[in-house]
Amino acid sequence: MTAADVTTALKEKFPQITDRPSLDWPAFDIAPADVLAGLKFLRDDGGYDMLADITAIDDGTDKSPRFTVVWHLLSTTTHNYVRVAAACANDAEPVMPSATGLWPAADWHERETYDMFGITFTGHPDLRRILMWDGYPYFPLRKEFPLAGIETELPDVEVAAETKAKVRPAPMMGGPFVTSSGEFGLGEAEPKAKDESWTERREKPE
Amino acid sequence: MATDFSFPDSAAKTASAASREFSTEKMSLSMGPSHPSTHGVLRVQMELDGDVVTRADPVVGYLHRGDEKIAENMTYNQFVPYTDRLDYLAPLANNVAYAIAVERLAKLEMPPRCQAIRVIVCEMARISAHLMGLGAYGIDVGAWSVFLYTFTEREKLYKLFEELTGARFTTSYTRIGGVARDVPEGWIQRVDAFCDQFLPILDEVLKLLSRNKIFLDRTEDIGVISREDAIAYGLTGPNLRGSGVPLDLRKDKPYSGYEQYEFDVPVGTRGDCYDRYLCRGEEMKQSVRILKQAVAKFPGGEWYAKDAKKIFGPPKDKILSSMEELIQNFMLVTEGPQMPPGEVYFEAENPKGALGFYVVSKGGGVPWRLKIRSPSFCNLSILPKVCVGAMISDVVSILGSLDFVMGECDR
Repeated sequence: MTAADVTTALKEKFPQITDRPSLDWPAFDIAPADVLAGLKFLRDDGGYDMLADITAIDDGTDKSPRFTVVWHLLSTTTHNYVRVAAACANDAEPVMPSATGLWPAADWHERETYDMFGITFTGHPDLRRILMWDGYPYFPLRKEFPLAGIETELPDVEVAAETKAKVRPAPMMGGPFVTSSGEFGLGEAEPKAKDESWTERREKPE
Repeated sequence: MATDFSFPDSAAKTASAASREFSTEKMSLSMGPSHPSTHGVLRVQMELDGDVVTRADPVVGYLHRGDEKIAENMTYNQFVPYTDRLDYLAPLANNVAYAIAVERLAKLEMPPRCQAIRVIVCEMARISAHLMGLGAYGIDVGAWSVFLYTFTEREKLYKLFEELTGARFTTSYTRIGGVARDVPEGWIQRVDAFCDQFLPILDEVLKLLSRNKIFLDRTEDIGVISREDAIAYGLTGPNLRGSGVPLDLRKDKPYSGYEQYEFDVPVGTRGDCYDRYLCRGEEMKQSVRILKQAVAKFPGGEWYAKDAKKIFGPPKDKILSSMEELIQNFMLVTEGPQMPPGEVYFEAENPKGALGFYVVSKGGGVPWRLKIRSPSFCNLSILPKVCVGAMISDVVSILGSLDFVMGECDR
């Protein structure tokens, strides 16, 4: 099947599927309930046999639905990609079905997405943090998480008690210049060390 | 008197006693995060039955720096130095992959000279990364001399990188819409000279390993990954091709003008550590082939997208002498290269596998979301499956053959 055939067949099978704006590969928005069936169809009938990537997009705290999970599939025979996206219904506790039953590769990708965005993948056999440590209280790639970080206890209780050390946020002054995303005026978008402009010598303003 | 009714016949009783005598307690062993064979800061939490691994759980994240979060807070060009620190053994290939991904967003095509420069640096990065992988793998399985040869060759490449980019390691060479500077005079000839002297040395290096009895014993039929598993776990690069899947994005989804060059894609037949080693060795020879062609027909003309005024900056001498160019440069530096809203996903065939960038733009000079799909991360995810049933010394061999980089895995 060519990429166009797959698109037609997919739309016939899932009538409520919609095209997603994309600059490169075919892309679809799909309901969370249909995600697994849709991915299975693409894998078995569409020839997209390799899962390239799973990730999520946080559209900001003021948007609803806020979290969108995105899958990228690759066909090892026709070498085409396809993008499937599904918006999580609940903004406070986003949930998405797990694709680990379809591809074992989904295991680590979903753990990472959970780690960074706090999206729970139902049916995942071992959903725990992968890049941050177990017990880390925040989800760093959510938009409300500041670039400088948030003060956190060290993962090792004994070391923390002994050294009184904590994971401290990084002063931004002299660090990376922060530039804002989207259509802003020159003043706002200008790269600068934003409100995190405190240094090691000057106290962080409350 | 208690009577044991569980064994109806004496043969079963003997068998049970024997197994009880030789069964040992399971032992838990943590390998890494600072173990020489884990090539960086990988920890493998293992459960051992004697010398045999019964469970292996890779613990990653020790080198997590939050690159994706950082990317959301800076302009596209400012993120280029961060891509150096992904696969820090092939920074030039990362630079190129990132630049092409963002250029796809603006539907920007590079002029032939820029494409050729990018192909040349990518292939040089591939050779240098594979040389490093090969040398380290030799040490892992007990062949020291290979490392000395490969590092001598790598040094020559680094001299060329330094001449081109000003840095040996963290090159930051590409810009969105071009490269940082044109190639210096005589550099192309020096690349050509490197290729000529490199091939015989490479043959010599591979000769040290390919028919080496110890090396064969350590790698043959060890860490076998089937074709189906390789696809299901999303392996890419030499690890996928070692298992017999001829997927090479340079060939199958050509970018940056790779379709103009003639080269073969080596594939393995058994998917063991030895096949992955052979694939890397042959890939270096193919890279030299590409380099020779690229050098022979190195095109003239522009080396950056001249018409994309909102994306690539004007030449330095113009900035200092002309008002309009000065303003253009100022806008580019403060606001970043202007990108239309939309999303793209681009994967490049890097030394370790397919390095993917998923760029979501809402317009302006800063990405809204930048996801890095790192090949090392995906390649490592098969470790729990491959290591089970292997001897603990084989784990070292398997880790070396997967040839991962933690900077890229943890991002």
